[in-house]
Amino acid sequence: MSGDSVEPLVTAVQPLGTGTIIGLEIHCQLNTRSKLFCGCSTDYRDDPPNTHVCPICLGLPGALPRVNRAVIEYALRVAKALHCEVPLESEFARKNYFYPDLNKAFQITQYDRPLAVRGTLLIEGDNGEKEVGITRVHVEEDPGRLVHKGGTDRPKYSLVDYNRAGIPLIEIVTDPDLRSPKEARRFLHKIRATLEYLGVFDSEKEGSLRVDANVSIQGGERVEVKNITSYKGVEKALTFEVTRQRGVIRRGQRVTRETRHFVEARGVTTSSRSKEEEQDYRYFPEPDLRPMRVRDWSDAIVLPELPDARRTRFITQYGCSPEHARTLTGELRIAEFFEQVADPGAPATATWVADTLIGELNYREMSVSSVPSSYFRELMQALSKGEVTDHCAVEVLRSLLDQLHAKGTCESPLACVARLGLGKAGEEIAATVAAEVICENERAVADYHSGKNEAFNFLIGQVMRKTKGRADPAALNRALKEALDMRGE
Amino acid sequence: MGTPTLHFSPKDRYNAFLTTVEDAPYCEGPLSGRGVAVKDNISTAGIETTCGSLILKGYTPPYDAHVVDLLIRAGAAIVGKTNMDEFGMGSTTEQSAFGPTLNPRDPKRVPGGSSGGSAAAVAAGMVDFALGSDTGGSIRCPASYCGIVGLKPTYGRVSRYGLVAYSNSLEQIGPMARTVTDLSNLMVVISGYDPRDSTTCERPYRHKPHPSVKGSKVGIPEEFFGEGVDPRVASVVWDAISVLEEEGAEVITCSMPSMTYALAAYYVICTSEASSNLARFDGVRYGPPVETHLPWHEAYSERRRIGFGPEVRRRVMLGTFALSSGYYGKYYAKAQVARQMVSADFSRIFNEVDLIAGPTMPSTAFPLGEKTDPLAMYLTDILTVPANLAGVPAISVPCGEVEGMPVGLQIMGRPFEDEYVIDAAFTYEQGVAT
Amino acid sequence: MVNEREVEHIAHLADIGIEKGELEEFTSQFNAILDYFEVLDRIKTADREDPTLYNVFREDEVTPSLPQEAVLENTSQKEEGFFRAPRVM
Repeated sequence: MSGDSVEPLVTAVQPLGTGTIIGLEIHCQLNTRSKLFCGCSTDYRDDPPNTHVCPICLGLPGALPRVNRAVIEYALRVAKALHCEVPLESEFARKNYFYPDLNKAFQITQYDRPLAVRGTLLIEGDNGEKEVGITRVHVEEDPGRLVHKGGTDRPKYSLVDYNRAGIPLIEIVTDPDLRSPKEARRFLHKIRATLEYLGVFDSEKEGSLRVDANVSIQGGERVEVKNITSYKGVEKALTFEVTRQRGVIRRGQRVTRETRHFVEARGVTTSSRSKEEEQDYRYFPEPDLRPMRVRDWSDAIVLPELPDARRTRFITQYGCSPEHARTLTGELRIAEFFEQVADPGAPATATWVADTLIGELNYREMSVSSVPSSYFRELMQALSKGEVTDHCAVEVLRSLLDQLHAKGTCESPLACVARLGLGKAGEEIAATVAAEVICENERAVADYHSGKNEAFNFLIGQVMRKTKGRADPAALNRALKEALDMRGE
Repeated sequence: MGTPTLHFSPKDRYNAFLTTVEDAPYCEGPLSGRGVAVKDNISTAGIETTCGSLILKGYTPPYDAHVVDLLIRAGAAIVGKTNMDEFGMGSTTEQSAFGPTLNPRDPKRVPGGSSGGSAAAVAAGMVDFALGSDTGGSIRCPASYCGIVGLKPTYGRVSRYGLVAYSNSLEQIGPMARTVTDLSNLMVVISGYDPRDSTTCERPYRHKPHPSVKGSKVGIPEEFFGEGVDPRVASVVWDAISVLEEEGAEVITCSMPSMTYALAAYYVICTSEASSNLARFDGVRYGPPVETHLPWHEAYSERRRIGFGPEVRRRVMLGTFALSSGYYGKYYAKAQVARQMVSADFSRIFNEVDLIAGPTMPSTAFPLGEKTDPLAMYLTDILTVPANLAGVPAISVPCGEVEGMPVGLQIMGRPFEDEYVIDAAFTYEQGVAT
Repeated sequence: MVNEREVEHIAHLADIGIEKGELEEFTSQFNAILDYFEVLDRIKTADREDPTLYNVFREDEVTPSLPQEAVLENTSQKEEGFFRAPRVM
């Protein structure tokens, strides 16, 4: 089997989960103001290359790192939320390897003395709630960014931007406790929500999350899958890899221990075996930094409300269904949006946000943060006052989202209702339309009067078609019945 | 009226300088208008900083080292950058990529190293004082060989910000001068806490030297007069110690058993740290450019093969080996234990005595080109490395001659008692003068 | 003791080229030095000493970065604000 071959996707004979063992290494950028070891701003994404660098993060000879206190505080918040132990003493270490994005040819990270160890996180597993073990939590610096020039297949050279170099990362390593790609995805969602609730991470920033996964099928060798850079990618990469390994076993071959790279565009993992893979990182304690003794900081941290607690509160406070509560609390922005638009004891709003709004946002690949909550609230109020029908409210919402998607702003919901003529048709219109329909459908009217109930259904359908769903169904019903009964007399 | 400048165009017969600043600006301050030479591994904004290496040819830092900043603010004129063994890796200054520095006392001999350029510039009178750096003796060795005074301060007393790292946990920048008084004045300016160096302490040096060894106990470790120490050097140093005795010090012999391990531990630690520190020199961001159309591994290997001299390559490879999988426990971990043993020896001895004295170097300066075997060269550092391993202050003060070549008396003190060490050196200097 | 093949491997790890002609001398010097290091083998491992200085931090404050020209000043190999480096694929 050639090293670069890509296994074709084959249909799994067994259920995908059986005997699957997955562990994750998750890297998230912490959203401090300045970098981990220098005062350069972390707000680099829209700026030209190499404009957020200084002698320290450029790795100039003679420059020395200085640890940003906030990074340690943020990481300790995470450690506490994951129920980790904080050892008496921890320290930074150098991981030595060459790569053009690594300006010092070593990464300052933590090795045998990490900030925190042995924690847990509760997730919705394949068979109900389960606890996933956290092996360790540590802090490290992000390397720079490479751009390959001269064609993707055979680049001529690389371009390097060090703006990202030195951005603080937290690395969370799990025990091999996950049993399916779906569980891995759920774990990742839970981690993301937890970090966002802690106020230390912004998942909407491009490239703020990277995942490596260790995957094996019971009894087989472990394969490391690197380069997973999106939430969706995790399940896709792992599903591919599990299926690949099953295929190898089914053909009577052995899964070899190796590192594979996930190619997001193709949804496959490819072998990256080469001489460089036999890494020897030569870790040793970073001599330019002092050890840390921060257990008492951790003890002093008061955690904010976390996703599980908020979920319980949403059920009691807003009367949400457990499923809606899970969806609404799964992302910090959605949970906060919901609280801005919902009144206690109004479960309808939960349905609107959890089902309708999230569906419409996902369809447009938009974030809830682009939706003005005051407008959404206005729409909900119009609904509850009976000024628009459910059907019209959806149309208004779609129109507003389209506007926001196109230009970032939108008109108010009531302006939209007026412009599109989506206001609930009054009794008067209902009566007029009912009269029209009765004139146009003599035969159905006769059938109705002779006692055929299906005829009424046909007629109401005609009324609704004429009002294009804008009218309140109850009002139409009433108006039609009245008009028919008048004729019948 | 513009900024005043100091005109500086010396006849550099000893190849002491790699760069000179012909009209060096200066401002008001305690060192106003006095020229200071700076070792070429200390970053100077806008002035080429090569560390004596081809791999940094043409590199001009965009920032000043903390000590340079302090010097400029104190009114000093930075008159040039001095020659050195490449990245500080040597004891003779013969390992400079830009040719050896010659010893002003005898141009056929080495000036010592690695701060040989700074020592020669001071010894030849081109400047009154200079900055060196000392990882395992790099200030004290050339001070001894050239007949000047050189101090390796307590670790943490002088900021390393801007010092191109060779071995971070061992090295300190320190002053070199012809007199203890000048050395002390320079130390006043460069010492103190720097938030940019996490290993510095809030222990500024604000001292004026005065003779005060009366009643002090001076320990003489027998290992400092052991095998390998030239008996003629030993004899000159004993004479110097008796001067301290005459000035009122009590001399006590003692023992430092960890000396058995000190040199090996030192070389494991410094090469390990160096292998990591010097990995960044790849020709991408500074220095002669790397060939970008080759695969990166090939390109880096070639750039670094050409850019580094043989001693640097040897030490980088030794350190790489000492840290590599399967050997870390045998070398690096054991060296750290040995280092603790050295510190423990110092602590124990300093419970009994106030100062430790002995020779700085086992011999006087030897002829250029004489020592070619790397291990034989390493062995000459045996008396200077213990102070670096333990982080204690150590000074070398000229104390006589052997066949016309200077001998250095080394005086070590407790951590952060640089003042006391300087006072002892001052006492000796004054004692000899009177 | 190391052999020439191991020295070549170390040179590869250190990304520091070594030529065939240099190998023999490097290896023998290497071995002489490693032989001297053997003295460390007599030491028993010990617990790490407590640090005298720990918890050295800076506050999370943004300070000015270098201008892009200064960042790129020391290289001739630049393009549109980027450093140019060898290819990695």
